[in-house]
Amino acid sequence: MHFIRVPALAGIVVLKSVSLNTIASLKIGESGIISDENKHSIPLKLLEMGCLPGVEVTLLQIAPLNDPMYIVVNGSHLAIRKETASKIKLMNLETQDCER
Amino acid sequence: MKDSIQVSLIGNPNTGKTSLFNRLTGLNQKVGNYPGITVDKKQGTCKLTSEVKAVITDLPGTYSINPTSIDESIVLKVLNNTKGENYPDVILFVADVENLKRNLLLFTQVQDLGVPTVLAINMVDEMGKKGISIDTEQLEKELQTKVVLVSAKKNDGISEMKELLANPASLPLGYNFSSITAKINEQYFSELQKVNPNASLYELWLSVTQKSFLTNSKEDFSSFLDDVTQLKKYQQKETIYRYQRINEILKKTYTLDRSKATDVRSRLDRIFTHKFFGYFIFFGILLLIFQSIFDWATVPMDYIDGVFGSLSESLKAQLPEGMFTSLLTDGVIPGIGGVVIFIPQIAILFFLIAILEESGYMSRVVFLMDKIMRRFGLSGKSVIPLISGTACAIPAIMATRTITSWKERLITILVTPFTTCSARLPVYAILIAIIIPDKKVFGIFNLQGLTLLGLYVLGFSAALIAAYVLNKVLKMKSKSLFVIEMPDYKIPSLKNVLFSVIEKTKSFVFDAGKIILSISIILWFLATHGPSSYYEVEEKVKTELASQNLSEQELEQLIASVKMENSFIGIAGKTIEPVVKPMGYDWKLGIGLIASFAAREVFIGTLATIYSIEGVEDEGTIKERMQAEINPDTGEKRFDFATGMSLLIFYVFAMQCMATLAVVKRETKSWKWPVVQLVAMGIIAYSSATLVYQFLS
Repeated sequence: MHFIRVPALAGIVVLKSVSLNTIASLKIGESGIISDENKHSIPLKLLEMGCLPGVEVTLLQIAPLNDPMYIVVNGSHLAIRKETASKIKLMNLETQDCER
Repeated sequence: MKDSIQVSLIGNPNTGKTSLFNRLTGLNQKVGNYPGITVDKKQGTCKLTSEVKAVITDLPGTYSINPTSIDESIVLKVLNNTKGENYPDVILFVADVENLKRNLLLFTQVQDLGVPTVLAINMVDEMGKKGISIDTEQLEKELQTKVVLVSAKKNDGISEMKELLANPASLPLGYNFSSITAKINEQYFSELQKVNPNASLYELWLSVTQKSFLTNSKEDFSSFLDDVTQLKKYQQKETIYRYQRINEILKKTYTLDRSKATDVRSRLDRIFTHKFFGYFIFFGILLLIFQSIFDWATVPMDYIDGVFGSLSESLKAQLPEGMFTSLLTDGVIPGIGGVVIFIPQIAILFFLIAILEESGYMSRVVFLMDKIMRRFGLSGKSVIPLISGTACAIPAIMATRTITSWKERLITILVTPFTTCSARLPVYAILIAIIIPDKKVFGIFNLQGLTLLGLYVLGFSAALIAAYVLNKVLKMKSKSLFVIEMPDYKIPSLKNVLFSVIEKTKSFVFDAGKIILSISIILWFLATHGPSSYYEVEEKVKTELASQNLSEQELEQLIASVKMENSFIGIAGKTIEPVVKPMGYDWKLGIGLIASFAAREVFIGTLATIYSIEGVEDEGTIKERMQAEINPDTGEKRFDFATGMSLLIFYVFAMQCMATLAVVKRETKSWKWPVVQLVAMGIIAYSSATLVYQFLS
């Protein structure tokens, strides 16, 4: 979980959780569910190849030099560049909003 | 061909579509061109039933009707042009049993275009192994189509499939686009329908969304083209709704028992994409490819060389002397020989590449190499063209068509001619033999071999550096997505591999052949004709030398040499002498450079003629003769170390192949890029050769 500092009123510090989980943040062997939010940011070609919101995606392998990434989604075995993978958000399974 | 029906084969890549095509047509196939585009059109004929014959077109594989590359755009273009000669009476849609869900996306798109369609689910022989079962009857009902389970490999279900295809009128039409438009924005689509009430709504929708590919539509869609983001959103929604429907249908008709699935793919993937073994295996395969091109291929190549040499000789001896004989034996036959000689290398290379592609391994290479290649502005997909370039740049440049980013593709096209193609080899071989001593260094390495290796490395490095520079210099927007499918591994079908070898070799022979042959004939003309004084030279030489008591053979050789000097090409060589002088060359070598534009290896033959050597096919003689040649200015050997190195460097960098330039023009659709290539590579070659010569001499 990553946090950013949001400057707020009169000295009160608010930390707000920001979901940064994307396919690019998966570890090898891990799975996630593609998020429904921002579904318009998934390129058409990827949608057409089965990379749809609500579908499970598993990271199978990362190429040497950390790019591209080899995923399996909806039965399709695909290699996509990290740049693309980092744009596809995953559902945040443990959404927590922290306020202090 | 009007008495037979038109069948189009459509499907995703890696579905065994080509196997099915080969199964249906056997050897009755040919490769042509689609009007206006350079993608190969594979067609074949097949007897569907005793009455119905079919012309079958194998359209390039695509995941969607919305294309991202030229190859993929063919399906859209063929299906959009209802009056085109290839517009199908019936579509044979090929899906593979394992990826049925994804395959059905394209299927529903195709179905919405209103052409009778048969759904062939291929590779059903693997259903048991993969734990898959399909309720065909229910699937037919839900999709409103006819379904056949086939195995191209085992020849199962083929005759049933043929019978369905033979009767297009009896096939159901499953139009379903209206249910999608209702969910997206009913009003928007009813406005769209008003543009042309008689047209199919899905066709209109494609005309709007694929405006850049479909330039021939007559309707005015301008009001629909303004809001690009909205169009994109609607396309995304369309895809999601299509998948929703497919999911629902498959839930009722398709079951997958994961416990039965074997895990060969992931085990092989762990080895082939391993960060150490992956590269190790890849470089091993590269070595094997080079070994086959440069060692095994030389046997048939020497044989071909010999056959064409002796054919020329014997025709020369038998036919009456004259213009026609000269054209035949010095122009046409060596010209054809110059093309045919590359067939072994190209066929072997395509054989190996076809095996790598068929087996599914090539995708892993693309995966492994993408990041490295990207640093140079290339793509993982550039690896295949660069490897192919070691045989010949022409098929290599044609292999760039799979690269979806135009910038990456253009850079690959521009730098591929730097890789050491096989036409450079004879030139390298003879120059190295002359200037590099045949001795061992460090006990095991042969100095000549090391030099050759160095030239290869130099060529590859030049390609990468040029790509790096071009990537910085070329300011073009190239937003394109890199997605490749990693197909399951499979044992390549020998039939598919052989068909692919035949097809690609044929297209090389005819594409490059035309150009190499015509340039050979032009060069022959320039070498055997000259201004009026040319025709008196022979007599002059004869009278001058009459007293010197030369043997007839020596006299003939001298005459040939003097004639060449006075021919058009000789004059051209003398004209460019001041230009090539800084590189250490004289007019004779200048002629050699000019002649190299037909194909680089012509250099050797031309020098042989200029230095008046009998028996061109004997490399040893040429070598001795070249070694003995004296530079009149210095009194030293003509091919000293400096000149030889300068020539080698020139051949590494220079763009001396008209056939490649023609292919670049065709693939980039403009004269700009071949001209850029010619000039830039020429400048690099000229300046480095000059530097090398000035430094060494």
